[in-house]
Amino acid sequence: MNMNRKRLLEVLGATLLVALIFAARARSGAAATEQVIHMTAKKFEYSPNEITVKKGQPVVIEIVSLDRKHGFTIPELKVRSDVKPGAPNVVRFTPDKAGTFNFHCDNFCGSGHEGMTGTLVVVEE
Amino acid sequence: MRKSGSIIDPQEGLVRSSRRDFIKLAGLGGVVLVSGFGLRSYAAEGGERGSASQLGSAMKKMGAEKGGDFYFVQLSDTHWGFEGPAVNPDAQGTLEKAVAAVNGLDEQPDFIVFTGDLTHTTDDDKVRRERMKRFQDIASRLKVKTVHYLAGEHDASLDQGEAFQKFFGKLNYTFDHKGVHFIVIDNVSDPAATVGDKQLAWLKADLTKLRKEQPIVVLTHRPLFDLAPDWDWATRDGQTVIDALMPYSNVTVFYGHIHQENHHMTGHIAHHSAKGLMFALPAPMSVPKKAPIPWDATAPYKGLGFRDIEAEVKKAEYEITELPVVKA
Repeated sequence: MNMNRKRLLEVLGATLLVALIFAARARSGAAATEQVIHMTAKKFEYSPNEITVKKGQPVVIEIVSLDRKHGFTIPELKVRSDVKPGAPNVVRFTPDKAGTFNFHCDNFCGSGHEGMTGTLVVVEE
Repeated sequence: MRKSGSIIDPQEGLVRSSRRDFIKLAGLGGVVLVSGFGLRSYAAEGGERGSASQLGSAMKKMGAEKGGDFYFVQLSDTHWGFEGPAVNPDAQGTLEKAVAAVNGLDEQPDFIVFTGDLTHTTDDDKVRRERMKRFQDIASRLKVKTVHYLAGEHDASLDQGEAFQKFFGKLNYTFDHKGVHFIVIDNVSDPAATVGDKQLAWLKADLTKLRKEQPIVVLTHRPLFDLAPDWDWATRDGQTVIDALMPYSNVTVFYGHIHQENHHMTGHIAHHSAKGLMFALPAPMSVPKKAPIPWDATAPYKGLGFRDIEAEVKKAEYEITELPVVKA
Protein backbone atom coordinates (compact mmCIF):
# COMPACT_ATOMS: atom_id res chain seq x y z
CA MET A 1 0.00 0.00 0.00
CA ASN A 2 2.74 2.40 1.02
CA MET A 3 4.78 1.33 -2.00
CA ASN A 4 1.85 1.98 -4.35
CA ARG A 5 1.27 5.46 -2.87
CA LYS A 6 4.98 6.28 -3.21
CA ARG A 7 4.95 5.09 -6.81
CA LEU A 8 1.86 7.17 -7.56
CA LEU A 9 3.46 10.32 -6.12
CA GLU A 10 6.58 9.69 -8.22
CA VAL A 11 4.54 9.38 -11.38
CA LEU A 12 2.52 12.53 -10.62
CA GLY A 13 5.68 14.47 -9.79
CA ALA A 14 7.34 13.43 -13.03
CA THR A 15 4.23 14.32 -15.02
CA LEU A 16 4.07 17.76 -13.41
CA LEU A 17 7.74 18.37 -14.12
CA VAL A 18 7.35 17.44 -17.78
CA ALA A 19 4.30 19.71 -18.06
CA LEU A 20 6.20 22.64 -16.55
CA ILE A 21 9.11 22.10 -18.92
CA PHE A 22 6.79 22.05 -21.93
CA ALA A 23 5.00 25.18 -20.71
CA ALA A 24 8.27 27.02 -20.26
CA ARG A 25 9.43 25.98 -23.72
CA ALA A 26 6.13 27.11 -25.23
CA ARG A 27 6.48 30.51 -23.53
CA SER A 28 10.03 31.03 -24.66
CA GLY A 29 9.07 29.92 -28.19
CA ALA A 30 6.19 32.42 -28.39
CA ALA A 31 8.39 35.20 -27.05
CA ALA A 32 10.95 34.44 -29.71
CA THR A 33 8.44 34.82 -32.54
CA GLU A 34 6.60 37.87 -31.21
CA GLN A 35 7.36 41.08 -33.04
CA VAL A 36 7.44 43.74 -30.34
CA ILE A 37 7.20 47.39 -31.35
CA HIS A 38 7.49 50.30 -28.95
CA MET A 39 5.57 53.38 -29.98
CA THR A 40 4.70 56.76 -28.53
CA ALA A 41 1.59 58.79 -29.25
CA LYS A 42 1.10 62.51 -28.75
CA LYS A 43 -0.81 65.32 -30.44
CA PHE A 44 -0.78 64.72 -33.41
CA GLU A 45 1.64 61.96 -34.26
CA TYR A 46 2.79 58.44 -33.62
CA SER A 47 6.47 57.62 -33.39
CA PRO A 48 7.35 55.60 -35.33
CA ASN A 49 4.54 56.13 -37.81
CA GLU A 50 5.76 53.51 -40.24
CA ILE A 51 6.24 49.98 -39.03
CA THR A 52 6.96 46.73 -40.82
CA VAL A 53 6.03 43.27 -39.53
CA LYS A 54 5.90 39.73 -40.85
CA LYS A 55 2.71 38.01 -41.88
CA GLY A 56 1.61 35.17 -39.66
CA GLN A 57 3.77 36.14 -36.69
CA PRO A 58 2.23 37.64 -33.57
CA VAL A 59 2.67 41.39 -33.21
CA VAL A 60 2.78 43.28 -29.94
CA ILE A 61 2.66 47.07 -30.13
CA GLU A 62 3.28 48.82 -26.83
CA ILE A 63 2.04 52.39 -27.12
CA VAL A 64 2.73 55.07 -24.55
CA SER A 65 0.71 58.28 -24.70
CA LEU A 66 2.77 61.32 -23.85
CA ASP A 67 -0.13 63.70 -23.34
CA ARG A 68 -3.79 62.67 -23.49
CA LYS A 69 -6.08 59.84 -24.45
CA HIS A 70 -5.66 58.82 -28.06
CA GLY A 71 -6.76 55.81 -30.04
CA PHE A 72 -5.02 53.34 -32.29
CA THR A 73 -6.92 51.52 -34.98
CA ILE A 74 -6.14 49.57 -38.12
CA PRO A 75 -9.64 49.22 -39.56
CA GLU A 76 -8.72 46.84 -42.33
CA LEU A 77 -7.25 44.38 -39.84
CA LYS A 78 -9.99 45.03 -37.28
CA VAL A 79 -7.43 46.08 -34.69
CA ARG A 80 -8.10 48.88 -32.22
CA SER A 81 -7.29 50.07 -28.74
CA ASP A 82 -7.60 53.14 -26.63
CA VAL A 83 -4.25 54.74 -25.88
CA LYS A 84 -4.46 56.18 -22.39
CA PRO A 85 -1.72 58.17 -20.69
CA GLY A 86 0.29 56.33 -18.07
CA ALA A 87 1.16 52.67 -18.47
CA PRO A 88 1.87 51.29 -21.94
CA ASN A 89 -1.20 50.25 -23.92
CA VAL A 90 -0.59 46.82 -25.40
CA VAL A 91 -2.06 45.93 -28.77
CA ARG A 92 -1.78 42.27 -29.84
CA PHE A 93 -2.71 40.79 -33.18
CA THR A 94 -1.41 38.42 -35.83
CA PRO A 95 -1.59 39.80 -39.35
CA ASP A 96 -3.05 37.19 -41.66
CA LYS A 97 -2.47 39.03 -44.91
CA ALA A 98 0.38 40.94 -46.48
CA GLY A 99 0.04 44.53 -47.66
CA THR A 100 0.11 48.14 -46.54
CA PHE A 101 -2.48 49.20 -43.98
CA ASN A 102 -3.24 52.59 -42.52
CA PHE A 103 -3.62 53.20 -38.83
CA HIS A 104 -4.95 56.33 -37.18
CA CYS A 105 -6.13 57.89 -33.95
CA ASP A 106 -9.85 57.34 -33.49
CA ASN A 107 -10.36 59.34 -30.30
CA PHE A 108 -10.76 62.95 -31.42
CA CYS A 109 -7.80 64.82 -29.94
CA GLY A 110 -7.77 68.32 -31.48
CA SER A 111 -7.08 70.36 -34.55
CA GLY A 112 -4.49 67.98 -36.00
CA HIS A 113 -6.46 64.84 -35.21
CA GLU A 114 -7.17 64.02 -38.84
CA GLY A 115 -3.45 63.93 -39.56
CA MET A 116 -2.55 61.55 -36.73
CA THR A 117 -1.96 58.58 -38.95
CA GLY A 118 0.62 55.95 -39.82
CA THR A 119 1.30 52.94 -41.97
CA LEU A 120 1.74 49.28 -41.14
CA VAL A 121 3.49 47.20 -43.77
CA VAL A 122 2.98 43.45 -43.52
CA VAL A 123 5.50 41.43 -45.51
CA GLU A 124 5.52 37.75 -46.37
CA GLU A 125 7.66 35.62 -44.05
CA MET B 1 -45.66 80.19 -52.61
CA ARG B 2 -42.32 79.10 -53.84
CA LYS B 3 -41.68 80.18 -57.38
CA SER B 4 -41.14 77.66 -60.09
CA GLY B 5 -37.96 78.08 -62.00
CA SER B 6 -34.38 77.09 -62.00
CA ILE B 7 -31.06 77.97 -60.48
CA ILE B 8 -27.91 78.11 -62.50
CA ASP B 9 -24.83 76.68 -60.89
CA PRO B 10 -21.97 78.39 -62.70
CA GLN B 11 -19.37 76.25 -61.02
CA GLU B 12 -20.52 72.99 -62.46
CA GLY B 13 -22.39 74.18 -65.48
CA LEU B 14 -25.57 72.50 -64.38
CA VAL B 15 -29.06 73.82 -64.56
CA ARG B 16 -31.12 72.92 -61.56
CA SER B 17 -34.84 73.13 -61.14
CA SER B 18 -37.45 72.62 -58.50
CA ARG B 19 -38.54 69.08 -57.86
CA ARG B 20 -41.87 69.41 -59.52
CA ASP B 21 -40.28 70.80 -62.66
CA PHE B 22 -37.77 68.06 -62.46
CA ILE B 23 -40.08 65.11 -62.17
CA LYS B 24 -41.27 65.41 -65.75
CA LEU B 25 -38.08 66.81 -67.17
CA ALA B 26 -36.30 63.82 -65.74
CA GLY B 27 -32.83 64.94 -66.49
CA LEU B 28 -31.78 68.21 -64.94
CA GLY B 29 -28.47 67.90 -63.19
CA GLY B 30 -27.65 67.91 -59.53
CA VAL B 31 -30.97 66.65 -58.32
CA VAL B 32 -31.46 63.46 -56.42
CA LEU B 33 -34.89 62.08 -55.75
CA VAL B 34 -35.02 59.85 -52.73
CA SER B 35 -37.59 57.94 -50.81
CA GLY B 36 -37.92 55.19 -48.34
CA PHE B 37 -38.10 52.85 -51.29
CA GLY B 38 -34.93 53.75 -53.11
CA LEU B 39 -32.82 56.40 -54.68
CA ARG B 40 -32.57 57.75 -58.17
CA SER B 41 -30.23 60.40 -59.46
CA TYR B 42 -30.27 62.16 -62.77
CA ALA B 43 -27.61 63.53 -65.06
CA ALA B 44 -27.76 66.92 -66.75
CA GLU B 45 -29.49 66.70 -70.10
CA GLY B 46 -31.62 69.80 -70.35
CA GLY B 47 -35.35 69.93 -70.84
CA GLU B 48 -38.41 71.88 -71.81
CA ARG B 49 -38.58 74.46 -69.14
CA GLY B 50 -41.86 76.12 -70.08
CA SER B 51 -43.98 73.01 -69.95
CA ALA B 52 -42.19 71.90 -66.82
CA SER B 53 -43.00 75.13 -65.03
CA GLN B 54 -46.66 74.75 -65.89
CA LEU B 55 -46.62 71.24 -64.63
CA GLY B 56 -44.73 72.33 -61.53
CA SER B 57 -47.35 74.93 -60.73
CA ALA B 58 -50.11 72.38 -61.10
CA MET B 59 -48.36 69.90 -58.86
CA LYS B 60 -47.51 72.59 -56.35
CA LYS B 61 -51.20 73.48 -56.18
CA MET B 62 -51.96 69.84 -55.51
CA GLY B 63 -49.33 69.84 -52.80
CA ALA B 64 -50.78 72.94 -51.21
CA GLU B 65 -54.20 71.33 -51.19
CA LYS B 66 -52.70 68.32 -49.45
CA GLY B 67 -51.17 70.75 -47.00
CA GLY B 68 -48.29 68.45 -46.15
CA ASP B 69 -45.33 69.16 -48.40
CA PHE B 70 -42.59 71.53 -47.43
CA TYR B 71 -38.92 72.17 -47.89
CA PHE B 72 -36.01 72.85 -45.63
CA VAL B 73 -32.39 73.83 -46.12
CA GLN B 74 -29.33 71.91 -44.91
CA LEU B 75 -26.02 73.67 -44.30
CA SER B 76 -23.03 71.83 -42.94
CA ASP B 77 -19.42 72.01 -41.85
CA THR B 78 -18.99 75.76 -41.73
CA HIS B 79 -15.85 75.37 -39.57
CA TRP B 80 -15.93 78.94 -38.36
CA GLY B 81 -12.43 79.85 -37.11
CA PHE B 82 -10.57 77.72 -39.64
CA GLU B 83 -7.59 79.39 -41.28
CA GLY B 84 -5.98 78.04 -44.43
CA PRO B 85 -5.67 80.36 -47.42
CA ALA B 86 -4.58 77.52 -49.67
CA VAL B 87 -7.95 75.82 -49.30
CA ASN B 88 -10.18 78.83 -48.61
CA PRO B 89 -8.84 82.38 -48.85
CA ASP B 90 -12.33 83.61 -47.94
CA ALA B 91 -12.58 81.69 -44.67
CA GLN B 92 -14.02 84.75 -42.93
CA GLY B 93 -16.57 85.43 -45.61
CA THR B 94 -17.94 82.11 -46.83
CA LEU B 95 -20.49 81.64 -44.06
CA GLU B 96 -21.81 85.16 -44.55
CA LYS B 97 -22.17 84.49 -48.28
CA ALA B 98 -24.02 81.26 -47.58
CA VAL B 99 -26.40 83.06 -45.23
CA ALA B 100 -27.00 85.68 -47.92
CA ALA B 101 -27.63 82.93 -50.49
CA VAL B 102 -30.22 81.27 -48.26
CA ASN B 103 -31.87 84.63 -47.60
CA GLY B 104 -31.95 85.18 -51.35
CA LEU B 105 -33.93 82.03 -52.16
CA ASP B 106 -37.14 82.83 -53.98
CA GLU B 107 -39.16 81.11 -51.34
CA GLN B 108 -37.90 80.77 -47.81
CA PRO B 109 -37.74 77.27 -46.32
CA ASP B 110 -39.87 76.16 -43.39
CA PHE B 111 -36.69 75.70 -41.37
CA ILE B 112 -32.94 75.32 -41.61
CA VAL B 113 -30.60 72.68 -40.21
CA PHE B 114 -26.87 72.93 -39.62
CA THR B 115 -25.48 69.40 -39.49
CA GLY B 116 -22.40 70.00 -37.38
CA ASP B 117 -18.88 71.38 -37.31
CA LEU B 118 -20.26 74.87 -36.97
CA THR B 119 -16.86 75.88 -35.63
CA HIS B 120 -13.33 74.64 -36.15
CA THR B 121 -11.89 72.95 -33.11
CA THR B 122 -9.52 74.57 -30.65
CA ASP B 123 -7.95 73.43 -27.39
CA ASP B 124 -8.72 76.83 -25.88
CA ASP B 125 -12.19 76.82 -24.34
CA LYS B 126 -12.37 80.61 -24.43
CA VAL B 127 -11.60 80.67 -28.15
CA ARG B 128 -14.14 77.89 -28.74
CA ARG B 129 -16.86 79.98 -27.12
CA GLU B 130 -15.80 83.09 -29.03
CA ARG B 131 -16.09 81.16 -32.28
CA MET B 132 -19.52 79.86 -31.33
CA LYS B 133 -20.66 83.36 -30.44
CA ARG B 134 -19.44 84.73 -33.75
CA PHE B 135 -21.06 81.88 -35.65
CA GLN B 136 -24.29 82.52 -33.78
CA ASP B 137 -24.14 86.22 -34.67
CA ILE B 138 -23.80 85.45 -38.39
CA ALA B 139 -26.46 82.71 -38.37
CA SER B 140 -28.86 85.09 -36.64
CA ARG B 141 -29.00 87.04 -39.92
CA LEU B 142 -30.97 84.21 -41.52
CA LYS B 143 -34.45 85.37 -42.36
CA VAL B 144 -35.86 82.03 -41.27
CA LYS B 145 -35.79 81.90 -37.51
CA THR B 146 -36.51 78.21 -37.02
CA VAL B 147 -33.00 76.78 -37.08
CA HIS B 148 -31.97 73.37 -35.75
CA TYR B 149 -28.32 72.98 -34.83
CA LEU B 150 -26.28 69.81 -34.61
CA ALA B 151 -22.80 69.46 -33.18
CA GLY B 152 -19.81 68.09 -35.03
CA GLU B 153 -16.70 66.64 -33.45
CA HIS B 154 -14.95 69.98 -33.93
CA ASP B 155 -17.64 71.65 -31.80
CA ALA B 156 -18.15 69.06 -29.13
CA SER B 157 -15.56 66.31 -28.81
CA LEU B 158 -13.01 68.11 -26.68
CA ASP B 159 -15.48 69.25 -24.00
CA GLN B 160 -18.17 66.59 -24.51
CA GLY B 161 -20.49 69.23 -25.93
CA GLU B 162 -20.53 71.57 -22.93
CA ALA B 163 -20.00 74.82 -24.84
CA PHE B 164 -22.22 73.72 -27.72
CA GLN B 165 -25.15 73.09 -25.40
CA LYS B 166 -24.73 76.51 -23.84
CA PHE B 167 -25.00 78.21 -27.23
CA PHE B 168 -27.17 75.92 -29.32
CA GLY B 169 -29.10 73.60 -27.02
CA LYS B 170 -29.34 69.85 -26.72
CA LEU B 171 -27.07 67.42 -28.53
CA ASN B 172 -29.83 64.92 -29.33
CA TYR B 173 -33.50 65.69 -29.66
CA THR B 174 -36.55 65.22 -31.85
CA PHE B 175 -39.01 67.51 -33.52
CA ASP B 176 -41.98 67.03 -35.81
CA HIS B 177 -42.88 69.00 -38.89
CA LYS B 178 -45.94 68.50 -41.07
CA GLY B 179 -46.07 64.78 -40.55
CA VAL B 180 -42.34 64.03 -40.64
CA HIS B 181 -40.60 62.96 -37.44
CA PHE B 182 -37.06 64.31 -37.21
CA ILE B 183 -34.51 62.65 -34.94
CA VAL B 184 -31.20 64.34 -34.18
CA ILE B 185 -28.51 61.82 -33.24
CA ASP B 186 -25.32 62.88 -31.48
CA ASN B 187 -22.32 60.85 -32.62
CA VAL B 188 -19.65 63.41 -31.80
CA SER B 189 -19.69 64.50 -28.15
CA ASP B 190 -17.96 61.24 -27.31
CA PRO B 191 -14.44 61.66 -28.76
CA ALA B 192 -14.59 57.98 -29.65
CA ALA B 193 -17.42 58.70 -32.10
CA THR B 194 -20.02 56.55 -30.47
CA VAL B 195 -23.73 57.08 -29.99
CA GLY B 196 -23.59 55.21 -26.73
CA ASP B 197 -25.98 52.90 -24.90
CA LYS B 198 -27.86 55.71 -23.16
CA GLN B 199 -28.69 57.55 -26.37
CA LEU B 200 -29.51 54.31 -28.13
CA ALA B 201 -32.06 53.51 -25.40
CA TRP B 202 -33.49 57.02 -25.83
CA LEU B 203 -33.77 56.44 -29.58
CA LYS B 204 -35.51 53.09 -29.16
CA ALA B 205 -37.95 54.59 -26.67
CA ASP B 206 -38.76 57.35 -29.14
CA LEU B 207 -39.22 54.91 -32.03
CA THR B 208 -41.66 52.73 -30.11
CA LYS B 209 -44.13 55.63 -30.20
CA LEU B 210 -44.14 55.69 -34.01
CA ARG B 211 -46.03 53.78 -36.67
CA LYS B 212 -43.80 51.55 -38.76
CA GLU B 213 -44.64 53.58 -41.88
CA GLN B 214 -44.08 56.96 -40.18
CA PRO B 215 -41.87 59.24 -42.33
CA ILE B 216 -38.67 59.64 -40.34
CA VAL B 217 -35.70 61.86 -41.08
CA VAL B 218 -32.54 61.30 -39.08
CA LEU B 219 -30.11 64.19 -38.84
CA THR B 220 -26.60 63.49 -37.67
CA HIS B 221 -23.01 64.59 -38.25
CA ARG B 222 -20.96 61.51 -38.99
CA PRO B 223 -22.07 58.75 -41.33
CA LEU B 224 -23.89 56.06 -39.38
CA PHE B 225 -22.49 53.38 -41.70
CA ASP B 226 -18.86 52.50 -42.39
CA LEU B 227 -18.27 54.84 -45.30
CA ALA B 228 -14.48 54.95 -44.88
CA PRO B 229 -13.28 53.84 -41.44
CA ASP B 230 -9.67 54.40 -42.57
CA TRP B 231 -10.53 58.09 -42.83
CA ASP B 232 -12.55 58.14 -39.63
CA TRP B 233 -15.74 58.43 -41.71
CA ALA B 234 -17.87 56.19 -39.58
CA THR B 235 -19.69 55.95 -36.26
CA ARG B 236 -18.22 53.22 -34.12
CA ASP B 237 -21.61 51.88 -33.01
CA GLY B 238 -23.59 53.33 -35.91
CA GLN B 239 -24.85 49.90 -36.93
CA THR B 240 -26.86 49.73 -33.70
CA VAL B 241 -28.71 52.88 -34.78
CA ILE B 242 -29.34 51.49 -38.25
CA ASP B 243 -30.59 48.24 -36.71
CA ALA B 244 -33.02 50.19 -34.52
CA LEU B 245 -34.32 52.08 -37.57
CA MET B 246 -34.64 49.08 -39.89
CA PRO B 247 -38.18 48.09 -38.87
CA TYR B 248 -39.40 51.50 -40.04
CA SER B 249 -40.13 51.64 -43.73
CA ASN B 250 -39.66 55.36 -44.44
CA VAL B 251 -36.32 56.48 -43.01
CA THR B 252 -33.89 58.90 -44.62
CA VAL B 253 -30.64 60.16 -43.08
CA PHE B 254 -29.01 63.51 -43.80
CA TYR B 255 -25.54 64.11 -42.43
CA GLY B 256 -22.33 66.12 -42.89
CA HIS B 257 -18.71 65.50 -41.85
CA ILE B 258 -17.29 64.45 -45.21
CA HIS B 259 -17.60 67.83 -46.98
CA GLN B 260 -19.13 66.45 -50.16
CA GLU B 261 -22.23 64.79 -51.52
CA ASN B 262 -22.49 61.08 -51.01
CA HIS B 263 -25.53 58.89 -51.45
CA HIS B 264 -25.69 55.44 -49.97
CA MET B 265 -28.28 52.82 -49.10
CA THR B 266 -28.24 50.49 -46.11
CA GLY B 267 -31.15 48.25 -46.95
CA HIS B 268 -34.10 50.56 -47.53
CA ILE B 269 -32.54 53.46 -45.58
CA ALA B 270 -31.00 56.24 -47.69
CA HIS B 271 -28.05 58.24 -46.35
CA HIS B 272 -27.12 61.60 -47.91
CA SER B 273 -24.11 63.67 -46.93
CA ALA B 274 -23.93 67.39 -47.66
CA LYS B 275 -21.22 69.62 -49.04
CA GLY B 276 -19.31 71.74 -46.56
CA LEU B 277 -18.98 75.50 -46.39
CA MET B 278 -15.28 75.87 -45.66
CA PHE B 279 -13.29 73.37 -47.71
CA ALA B 280 -13.97 70.33 -49.84
CA LEU B 281 -12.54 66.88 -49.20
CA PRO B 282 -11.67 64.17 -51.73
CA ALA B 283 -13.98 61.26 -52.50
CA PRO B 284 -13.73 58.42 -49.98
CA MET B 285 -10.40 56.57 -50.24
CA SER B 286 -9.68 58.19 -53.61
CA VAL B 287 -6.26 59.41 -52.54
CA PRO B 288 -3.65 57.88 -50.22
CA LYS B 289 -4.03 60.60 -47.58
CA LYS B 290 -7.14 62.58 -46.76
CA ALA B 291 -6.53 66.32 -47.04
CA PRO B 292 -8.60 69.39 -48.01
CA ILE B 293 -8.82 70.06 -51.73
CA PRO B 294 -6.86 73.19 -52.65
CA TRP B 295 -8.79 76.32 -53.63
CA ASP B 296 -9.32 76.68 -57.36
CA ALA B 297 -8.90 80.35 -58.26
CA THR B 298 -10.56 79.72 -61.61
CA ALA B 299 -13.65 78.37 -59.86
CA PRO B 300 -13.96 80.00 -56.42
CA TYR B 301 -16.05 78.10 -53.86
CA LYS B 302 -16.00 75.00 -56.04
CA GLY B 303 -17.07 71.99 -54.02
CA LEU B 304 -18.75 74.14 -51.39
CA GLY B 305 -22.45 74.69 -51.09
CA PHE B 306 -25.69 73.91 -49.35
CA ARG B 307 -28.87 72.14 -50.35
CA ASP B 308 -32.58 72.47 -50.31
CA ILE B 309 -34.62 69.41 -49.50
CA GLU B 310 -38.22 69.20 -50.57
CA ALA B 311 -40.31 66.74 -48.64
CA GLU B 312 -43.29 65.11 -50.25
CA VAL B 313 -44.65 63.74 -47.04
CA LYS B 314 -47.27 61.25 -48.19
CA LYS B 315 -44.77 59.48 -50.40
CA ALA B 316 -41.91 59.95 -47.93
CA GLU B 317 -39.89 61.31 -50.83
CA TYR B 318 -37.22 63.95 -50.60
CA GLU B 319 -35.76 65.89 -53.45
CA ILE B 320 -32.28 67.26 -52.91
CA THR B 321 -31.12 70.25 -54.90
CA GLU B 322 -27.52 71.31 -54.45
CA LEU B 323 -26.99 75.06 -54.42
CA PRO B 324 -23.80 77.08 -54.73
CA VAL B 325 -22.44 79.57 -52.20
CA VAL B 326 -22.47 82.31 -54.80
CA LYS B 327 -24.30 82.65 -58.08
CA ALA B 328 -22.42 83.76 -61.17
